[in-house]
Amino acid sequence: MNKKAIAPIMLVTGLSVALAGCGGGSDNGNASPSASSAGSSSASASASAPASSPASSDKKVTINMMHLWPEGSSAQQNKIVNQIIKEYQDEHPNVTIKQEVLENEQYKSKMKVLSASNKLPDVGMTWAAGYLQPFVEGNLFAPVDDLLQGELKDKFVSGTTEAYAINGKTYALPLEFNITPVYYNKKIFEKYNLKAPTTYAEFQEVVKTLTQNGVAPIALGNKDRWTGSLWYMYLADRIAGSQTLADAITGKVSFKDAGLVQAAKEVQTLVDENAFNKGFNGLSNDEGKSEFLNGKAAMYMMGTWELPNFTTNQDIPQEFRDSVGFFKFPTVDGGKGNIDSWVGGPGVGLFVAENSAVKEEAKSFVEYFVKRWGEQSVTDAGVIPATKVDTASIQLPQLYIDLLNEMNKATSITLFADVQMKASAAETHLNQIQALFGKAVTPDQFADEHDKAIAAGQ
Amino acid sequence: MSNKWAIALYVLPALVLILGLIYIPIAMTGYYGLTEWNGIGAQKWIGFDNYSALLQDSVFWKSALHSLLLAAFSCVSLLLYLIVALILSGRIKGANLLRKIYLIPMLLSSVAIAQLWLKIFHPTNGVLNSVLVSLGFDNPPAWLADTSLVLYAIFIPILWQYAGFYILIYYAALKNIPSSLEEAARIDGANAWQIAFRVKLPLIMEVIKVTIVLAFVGSLKYFDLIYVMTDGGPNNSSEVIASYMYHKAFKAFDFGYGSAVGFFLLVVCLVATWLIRRATATKDSIQYS
Repeated sequence: MNKKAIAPIMLVTGLSVALAGCGGGSDNGNASPSASSAGSSSASASASAPASSPASSDKKVTINMMHLWPEGSSAQQNKIVNQIIKEYQDEHPNVTIKQEVLENEQYKSKMKVLSASNKLPDVGMTWAAGYLQPFVEGNLFAPVDDLLQGELKDKFVSGTTEAYAINGKTYALPLEFNITPVYYNKKIFEKYNLKAPTTYAEFQEVVKTLTQNGVAPIALGNKDRWTGSLWYMYLADRIAGSQTLADAITGKVSFKDAGLVQAAKEVQTLVDENAFNKGFNGLSNDEGKSEFLNGKAAMYMMGTWELPNFTTNQDIPQEFRDSVGFFKFPTVDGGKGNIDSWVGGPGVGLFVAENSAVKEEAKSFVEYFVKRWGEQSVTDAGVIPATKVDTASIQLPQLYIDLLNEMNKATSITLFADVQMKASAAETHLNQIQALFGKAVTPDQFADEHDKAIAAGQ
Repeated sequence: MSNKWAIALYVLPALVLILGLIYIPIAMTGYYGLTEWNGIGAQKWIGFDNYSALLQDSVFWKSALHSLLLAAFSCVSLLLYLIVALILSGRIKGANLLRKIYLIPMLLSSVAIAQLWLKIFHPTNGVLNSVLVSLGFDNPPAWLADTSLVLYAIFIPILWQYAGFYILIYYAALKNIPSSLEEAARIDGANAWQIAFRVKLPLIMEVIKVTIVLAFVGSLKYFDLIYVMTDGGPNNSSEVIASYMYHKAFKAFDFGYGSAVGFFLLVVCLVATWLIRRATATKDSIQYS
C-alpha cells in the first residue's frame, strides 16, 4: 500500500474522532441515569423504576439542567434547587434531572459555546431582552406561552414575563425580580450623626462627612463594570427622567441629551470627591462588597438578590446584618426623576431548548420549578421571586418586607442597561462605564460612543 | 508493506489528536474570521472585512502593543534567570534547596497565582500597600486600578511564575558542560567572569535561543493571569491580543471578529518565531569538546 492511499484514511479517521469528541452527550434522551453528575445525589433515585413498561408516561427520561447558583456563592439558592429537584423526582419516578452548575461569568461563556454547537441543555437559565435575542433568532429556545395559560396563569408579577417576550412569544419564565436600593451601614451613619439622604444634596453631604472622617463612603467593585452602570443609570434616571433613559437605551434618543451628559458628569464628580473605595476599577464586585461587609465602607448599591446576606445568611455576623438599612436613590434638585422609580427588573429565567429530545417533560418540569421556587425562595432564601408573594401568611425579615413594599409602590422599573442592549452595544456600554469612572473619557465622548454602538446594532 | 503499516499505526493516534485538536480548529478559525457570525445563527461571508476593521481598531493595536511589551519584558527577564542559573550552577551552598524554591511558582496553577497576587496588590488591605503605608507612603498607588501602572504590576507575577521553568532549563544546560573545560580554563588563569562569558555561555547558546523563542511567543499569546487578575481592564489598559480575542468572541458575541483576531495572532506568532530563528541563526555552533 502506498503513502497516498494511507493519507486520506488517516484524515477521515482523524475527522471522525474529532467530530465524535464534539458530539459527546448529544443524545441524552435515553442516556442511563447512572452517569449522574456531581451535585444531584438523588439522581439515581429513578433507577429502580420499571424499565420495561410500555406506557409512555413511565418512559425513563433524563432532563439536563444548567444553572448558575453554585453551593459556595449562592448557598441558599443552591439548596432550594436541589430540594425542588428531589421533590420532582420523587413525584415522577421515571424522570431524572441532571444538574450542571457554573458561576455567573463562566455560565455565560458556556452558554455561547453550547449554542454554537447546538448542544444546549434541556432546561437552563437566561437573562431577558438583549441577552435573550440571539438565542431566539437562532431558534434555540422553545416558546413557553402554553405554560403561562396553565397553572401559572396570573401568578407572575406584571411586567416580568414581558421582558422575556420577543415578537409576541415568551421564551423563558422568570424566577427572580429585583430592584436596586442603596444599602447602608446604620452604625457608621449613627456614629457620624448622619441620616439616610432623600435628596442628592443631602447625599453629597453624607459623602463629604464620611470622607472627612476617613471612611470610604461607597463600596464599589467596578472591574465587573455593570456595578458602576447601576450608579450611572440612577443618576441618569433622576436627572433626565426614566423615559429619556429608556429611550436612549433603545436608540430613540441620543445619549447626548443634556440630562444624560449631566449624569455622566455627576459620576465623575463623585469620583473626584473620593466617594468610592480606593482602587474600585481594579476590584471585582465580590471584593467591593467585602469592603461593605467588613464595615470599611458605609454604602453599597446592589440588587435585592443580595438580601439573604443582610437577613438570613448565618455566615455573616448577626450584628452586621442587623445594622444594614436601605434608602432609595435620592432625587436630584431640578431633575425629572421620581424617587419611586427604580433600576432593576427580572433576573434569570428558565428556558426550554427548542431541539430538546424531552421538550414536553422539560416544560412540565419548568412549570413545577417556577411554582415551587415562588413558594420556597421567599421563606428559605429570602430573595424576591417573579411570582406574586403573599406576605401576610409567612414570617419575613423586616428589610425584605420593606423592599417588597417599595417594589409594589414603584412607578417605573428600568431594566439593567447591559441586559437590555444587544451584546455588542452592551459591551461598549460596560467598557465606557469603566472608562467614565476611571476618567479616561469625557462625558461627551461617553455619550458619543454609546450613540455609535447603539446605532451600529440596529 | 508491514513496515509502512506499522509506521502508520504508531503515528496515527498522535496525528489524529493533532489534526482534530489543532490543525482543523485552526483552519476553522481562519474560515470563521472571514464571516460575520454571532456564534449562534447563520454565518455570513464577508471576505476580509473583519481584517480591515482590525487594522483600524485602536483597541486592537493597543492590546498588540501590550503583548509586544510583555514579550520584550519576558526576553529581558531571561537575562535575570540566566544569572540566577549561573550562580546556582557554581559551587554555592544550598543550590539544591534554592532550585526547588524557585520551581514552586511553576507548580501552582495560574489562577491560584492570580488570586495570590490579587491579594498582594489589593489597594487597601494588600500586603504591598500595607508595607508601603507603614514605611510612610501616605497614598500608595492602587496598582491594578491605575491605568498607567496595571500592565507593569502584572508583569511581576508573570516574571515570578516563569522563573523556575527557565532557571531549570538553564541550570540543566549548564550542568551538562563537562567540568574538565572549566578546570582547564581555570588552569589557564581565567577568572569567574571569563569562565561564565567565554566558556559557559557560548556552550549553551543553542538553549538560550530556544528559550528566547519560547518566551517571546509564549508572551504574545499570554492570557490566563491577565484574564483572572484584571480581565484586560481598566479601560483596556492591560488588554493583550488573546484577552481581546476572548472579549470579542465571548462577551460581545462577535465570533467572526474574534476569530479574525485569533488568526492574526497565529500569524504574528509564526512570523515572530521565524524572525527570531533567523536573527539568532549562526552557521556553526561552538563546541569545545
